[in-house]
Amino acid sequence: MELLVAIMVGVLVAASVHLMLARNVLRFLFGLVLISNAANLTIFVAGRLTPESPPLIPYDADVPVADVANALPQALVLTAIVIGFGLFAFALTLVYRTYQNLGTLNSDEMRLAEPKDDAHVATENKTYIAREAGQ
Amino acid sequence: MSWILAAPIIIPFATAVLAFLFRHGPEGRWISVLGSAALLISAAILMTNVLADGVLAAQMGQWPAPFGITLVSDLLSAVMVVITGITGLAVAIYALADVDERKEQLGYHALYQVLLAGVCGAFLTGDLFNLYVWFEVMLISSFGLLVMGGNRQQLDGGIKYVTLNLVSTILFLSGIGLLYGMTGTLNMADLHSAVQRVENPGLLVVVAVMFMIAFGVKAAVFPLFFWLPASYHTPTISVSAIFAGLLTKVGVYALFRMFTLVFTTDVAYTHTILLWVAGFTMVTGVLGAAAMNDFRRILSFHIVSQIGYMILGLALFTPLALVGAVFYLVHHIIVKANLFLVAGVARRIAGSTELNQIGGLYKTAPLLALLFLIPAFSLAGFPPLSGFWAKYVLVKAALEDGGYVIAGVALVVGLLTIYSMTKIWGNAFWKPHPAGVHPTLSSIAPKDRAALILPIAALAILTCIIGLFPEPFIQFATASADQLLNPDAYIQAVLGADAPGLALAEVTP
Repeated sequence: MELLVAIMVGVLVAASVHLMLARNVLRFLFGLVLISNAANLTIFVAGRLTPESPPLIPYDADVPVADVANALPQALVLTAIVIGFGLFAFALTLVYRTYQNLGTLNSDEMRLAEPKDDAHVATENKTYIAREAGQ
Repeated sequence: MSWILAAPIIIPFATAVLAFLFRHGPEGRWISVLGSAALLISAAILMTNVLADGVLAAQMGQWPAPFGITLVSDLLSAVMVVITGITGLAVAIYALADVDERKEQLGYHALYQVLLAGVCGAFLTGDLFNLYVWFEVMLISSFGLLVMGGNRQQLDGGIKYVTLNLVSTILFLSGIGLLYGMTGTLNMADLHSAVQRVENPGLLVVVAVMFMIAFGVKAAVFPLFFWLPASYHTPTISVSAIFAGLLTKVGVYALFRMFTLVFTTDVAYTHTILLWVAGFTMVTGVLGAAAMNDFRRILSFHIVSQIGYMILGLALFTPLALVGAVFYLVHHIIVKANLFLVAGVARRIAGSTELNQIGGLYKTAPLLALLFLIPAFSLAGFPPLSGFWAKYVLVKAALEDGGYVIAGVALVVGLLTIYSMTKIWGNAFWKPHPAGVHPTLSSIAPKDRAALILPIAALAILTCIIGLFPEPFIQFATASADQLLNPDAYIQAVLGADAPGLALAEVTP
């Protein structure tokens, strides 16, 4: 079981690194989603996988009677999923706005903040698409 | 006792809610200022308590220590919270005149307060996963502040900032998972003894390096700093200033905490990596600054180079080096935030931050020139300003440790810092304005002028005070470094007097 999840994490990381090496920012973002899921699975498997022993305590007891699954990693993963989802939603919106404003998703062409010829930044560089969308 | 520790987190959150509700009127910005002042007061109360009683710890929700979330403050945490309060208040006052109404209506002040809450939370937490959550709080509000207003430079810089920081976050999260798998605990004080019982120390070093990379991205060290000079010069000046002062320093703080409290099992390996990182960070940062032609971009690269000095103190890992590093951390936050604030005033009266488009500030705005010189000279390390003592202690520690090369690097980088500061001075202050403008401070409306100059002057005076009377500050840094190297008190405060790991608590420098 652990081996299976470990291999799955490996495949997810490999796929996401491939995606994140792309110039296209959107592909990078998809890679980020995959790798954040890989991180969640890592936490999940690091807490030891013990199937068929739910972390339940009998009504009249204070401590579990037999060995139970560790509930903490699941709580951590849940928190991480929620946070990751929020961040992804923001990042997606940001990429969309950037596409609207800069007209490109190619990270090589995004050089507005750090222009190659920074002696003449004030004269707006002509190679960028000067579409003032949404303004 | 627990409210003293929780107040620096609760106050900014409460202020954020109020500031959001009143964002359409002028009340919002004053709520932000009042909230920041309250934060500073609560930080001062925290500091006096830590000074009087030693390390403070509180268990949130009364869950006992290694299981629940612990808030804990030693001298380093306390001083970081105080300095957050000081810069937070200074920038909140500056924002009165700097942030326009459109951004206020978008919720600038609320996001700003959430950022302060996240920073304070990161400084005060004693739980690793909780630290991750505070990092996220900080990150999401900084995303909002960075791209607020949404001009094209901001979006461009924002993309780089967001993506690279998210990658670091995920590394941090995986590291937490693996460390938990090995030790079964996430409480930092508990981890101190738990990591010594790990059967496979090699694996522990791997996890340590994962944390080093994750925090290294946040702290903007070589070769992970590229998001910083790509984004820090794009947003509103207030945002630049608070980012420059506080955000990277949270990464540095996390490195300090983890590599003095938890990952001390293989100091020879991990701290050697840190030493190389420190050297390259100093050099690349200052060379980047020397190549830039924009006020704020030069300052952004200087952040990178200055981070190198702090990492140097951690890497040497001797008592004196940590004294220097703690001193540097505090001095740097004040000075760096102040320089960005000066850049904002310069842009306001001279029209730009591009050095070839401005000039003449010395002749017509001598007060601003003076207020620039103090933090600039302090950053470069001129006696008797605060930066001199910080650099002096660090270089002395490096020489005592036999690190002649790294001491030489630190001194040369100081020299190059002066070079790029001279570039700003010569272009922005001495050279006549290319468009023939005579920039004066009186061109700003009196009310705005007070809000802009007051925080700059206050921070400059603070720099002078630290520089002229360094003795109490050095003593404080010594006590703080002592706590970092001998974490007994920290562990006792968190886990109770009969904690299992205390016999192991001696750290060999």
